[in-house]
Amino acid sequence: MKYLTEFRDGEVAQRIAREIRQITTKPWKIMEVCGGQTHSIIKNGIDQMLPPGLEMVHGPGCPVCVTPLELIDKALAIASQPGVMFCSFGDMLRVPGTECDLFQVKGRGGDVRVVYSPLDAVDLAVKNPDKQVVFFGVGFETTAPANAMSVHVAKRRGLKNFSMLVSHVLVPPAIEAIMSSPGNQVQAFLAAGHVCSVMGYWEYPPIADKYEIPIVVTGFEPLDLLDGIRRAVLQLEHGEHRVENAYERIVTYAGNLPAQKLLAEVFEITDRAWRGIGVIPRSGWRLSPAYRDFDAEERFQLSNIRTVESPLCRAGDVLRGVIKPAQCSAFGKECSPRHPLGATMVSSEGACAAYFNYGRFISADQLASAGAARA
Amino acid sequence: MPENLELDAVPGVPDFSGWSCPLPLADYPNIVMGHGGGGRLGNELVEHLFLPAFRNAALENLGDAAVLDLGAGRIAMSTDSFVVQPLFFPGGSIGALAVNGTVNDLAVSGAVPKFLTAGFILEEGFPLSQLAAIVQEMASSAAAAGVQIVTGDTKVVERGHGDGCYINTAGVGVLREGISVGPHRAQPGDAILVSGTLGDHGMAIMSVREGLEFESQIRSDCAALNGLIANVLDVCGQAVHAMRDPTRGGLASTLNEIAQASDVGMMIDEPSLPVRPEVQSACELLGFDPVYVANEGKVVFFVAPEAAGDVLAILRAHPLGRDAARIGTVTAEHKRMLVARTAMGANRVISIQIGEQLPRIC
Repeated sequence: MKYLTEFRDGEVAQRIAREIRQITTKPWKIMEVCGGQTHSIIKNGIDQMLPPGLEMVHGPGCPVCVTPLELIDKALAIASQPGVMFCSFGDMLRVPGTECDLFQVKGRGGDVRVVYSPLDAVDLAVKNPDKQVVFFGVGFETTAPANAMSVHVAKRRGLKNFSMLVSHVLVPPAIEAIMSSPGNQVQAFLAAGHVCSVMGYWEYPPIADKYEIPIVVTGFEPLDLLDGIRRAVLQLEHGEHRVENAYERIVTYAGNLPAQKLLAEVFEITDRAWRGIGVIPRSGWRLSPAYRDFDAEERFQLSNIRTVESPLCRAGDVLRGVIKPAQCSAFGKECSPRHPLGATMVSSEGACAAYFNYGRFISADQLASAGAARA
Repeated sequence: MPENLELDAVPGVPDFSGWSCPLPLADYPNIVMGHGGGGRLGNELVEHLFLPAFRNAALENLGDAAVLDLGAGRIAMSTDSFVVQPLFFPGGSIGALAVNGTVNDLAVSGAVPKFLTAGFILEEGFPLSQLAAIVQEMASSAAAAGVQIVTGDTKVVERGHGDGCYINTAGVGVLREGISVGPHRAQPGDAILVSGTLGDHGMAIMSVREGLEFESQIRSDCAALNGLIANVLDVCGQAVHAMRDPTRGGLASTLNEIAQASDVGMMIDEPSLPVRPEVQSACELLGFDPVYVANEGKVVFFVAPEAAGDVLAILRAHPLGRDAARIGTVTAEHKRMLVARTAMGANRVISIQIGEQLPRIC
């Protein structure tokens, strides 16, 4: 279990947390961009190790959360068609569209399958020539290389029955959208380590300069996160705004060049809608003209599906740190984890879902005092 | 209670190559609709397969109902259906699960399991050799658990309408005198003990389904717990307030359910949770949390704190309880909630999952 235990050492974690408490003199708001980081922060209780006033804002980096309602509806429409084998990563199955989710489509007879790799979907297409195999290609730069590879392989093998419903999104434009939005409160970013393992971090220095914000490339284990937070606080306290790499064992400045080359070939930049935020210009990828034949939106002619997000939802304000989830008028009423209106209520780590699940039962003080009764 | 609960009795994946079936396989190597029709084929199944495997006096009467003598006192009754895929997996099979699952539900209710029923729903075309292997696993599991399978039923559904083989078992047991356990009886101050490592069954199934390979194979913990539980109740019966086997939904669901039923809080110490390294690795790979993963041979005890040491010693002396651990305490604070002290020294709330645990994108 090397590479796990050494980055989960409780004593070292306490030492870094103490250092963070010592160096923090003012309240700061730091956003971790990635949903995987949010998951780790909540799972390990890292948010409770931080001094009062140092707040982690959970960013829009969960692909499950930010995939727009309209695209979920398109996925549901494709998966409902006879002769279609619809393949997806597991956690997309539970994300509700306007009327139902993929689980319910499966229950009604749709052929919906969980795959671990998009290449598994290509294999299914080879083995089932009489079926149209569609892969739900969602995610950030992290999942993009494998998704691009699957289309690349499908084209090379001349597969006519494989296509991808693409909803790829990009981190740097999201950071810019948050920083340039009115009332933004975020003062520093933890960039997502796995995104940077693919893309490097050459895209970030211009953003750090333009908005005068510290950006720290950060990993996912507890000690990685605490070190990323510590470095961000140090910069904030010293009035600095640099890009730092706190994930050097994985991430290089240039990133994975063969992967970037493949991405540039298979995808092209496009505007993308983000659930609960709206359209962010040039914030995603779609298939490039050379691969457009594999676009499920074209193959299944879904342009008539137009879905409007709920006007009640203020997920965008929550993501920018402008309001707390409970300050939204729909919170716990029209919007709950079973019937989420926006991104932040969809995933269990979304800020609104976390408040709903935990906050309604227990205050932070109670949670802290529960430690006295520990085993 | 049976003393023959050795780990060796936990069934592995059978080797079909050496299997000889008592049925005239040459005629019908696979299940046909007639096997569920109540005619000669159905009778042959009973006489050549079920009777020889499960043989006992109550079953041999072949009446419309088994007539049983349970003696005086209260009885416990439970039923469960089994639809696992694959049907055979490292450390167990649907047959072993069907017997042990119902035995365990009775045992954690404070009952001594006595008799089971077995209902089979078979898909047309299902290989008879596999059915025979499943029945054999049920017979050996029942023998190991000291229970008898006294009545049963077989139905056949058309090809494509089933998944090979489904099994339902129901069971009755006699409640032990002087024992009062129940999900509503956990009390603040109780020690929370678990009889062994978490997540073995769920990850054994997942790794077979997903073709994951590790240095050491993950085996299901599928086992009957009545012997282990009897050892505890024989000596410390008064100190045990509640028991539950953390099957679907794992430890997290069990602790949340008991917290709600007893209107108490639960505090567990995450680093103290026993998890095998290979199970932890598989969970990391798939984005699962072992506290939510199913177990089929573990029991969680809520016991008076002064008896915790004794109960732990009894558990560890049993082959199914070698890795038993004290993992937490029932609290009067944060009622109806499960809070975990993480390895980082922070607290987190562990809630019940809405649906099944799904592999994460990132």
